[in-house]
Amino acid sequence: MKYSNFMEVTFKALSVNEGFARVCVASFCVQLNPSVDEITDIKTAVSEAVTNCVVHAYPTSVKGDVILRCELEGDLVTITVTDKGVGIKDIEKAREPFYTSKPSAERSGMGFTVMESFMDDVQVLSNSFGTCVKMTKRIQANENEKVG
Amino acid sequence: MQVKSRVAGGVLYVLLCGELDEHSATYTRITLDEIFDKPNFKKIIFDLSELSFMDSTGIGVLIGRYKRMKDKDIPIFITNPSTHAEKIFKMTGLYDIMPKIV
Repeated sequence: MKYSNFMEVTFKALSVNEGFARVCVASFCVQLNPSVDEITDIKTAVSEAVTNCVVHAYPTSVKGDVILRCELEGDLVTITVTDKGVGIKDIEKAREPFYTSKPSAERSGMGFTVMESFMDDVQVLSNSFGTCVKMTKRIQANENEKVG
Repeated sequence: MQVKSRVAGGVLYVLLCGELDEHSATYTRITLDEIFDKPNFKKIIFDLSELSFMDSTGIGVLIGRYKRMKDKDIPIFITNPSTHAEKIFKMTGLYDIMPKIV
């Protein structure tokens, strides 16, 4: 039977929680014995997805929730970052490199491009009730035996 | 995030220590602009040897500083990036405007 595990945390869409989200996922994924590069890729992709929630999902000063879920199935990591915010009007445009809805705020517009580069697959679902970013990455076999 | 700087021989050396993400971006931006406002250098070198994490928000901060210094004709260079930072720089084309030096 395939190794299987998951974790889920909910936190407020505040930038101070970005570091927590990165470390949380990285710590959880250690059980698959990933390489340092793989862990850094995952941390960066999580950081980008959570930053989008912090910056874009809740435009008013009242910040809502971010739900971060990480599932492990064999060597496959699936991460979903979900918010209950205003949604993305044009997902295709949002995913274009260098596109940003806030150019005056010195944003690079590379968030989704980074996620796509560092993960194997990125799917975005969004409507006016919120956004869900689902990312997967297969951890390559390492010399040391995996936990489980 | 901690920003350390020193000027030597007309070069401003900036050491970024810690994690550069959305949470630390505003502080980093303000601190760098304060340092950049002192007109006692002709070149800037960002030393990233102590930068433990960076995402695309960091790229936005760096590009913003490049734009400010471009108007003053002051070039910016990058040194000692981690493998991870290097990956993001190559992906975003940052080295085209802030070349890497050894």
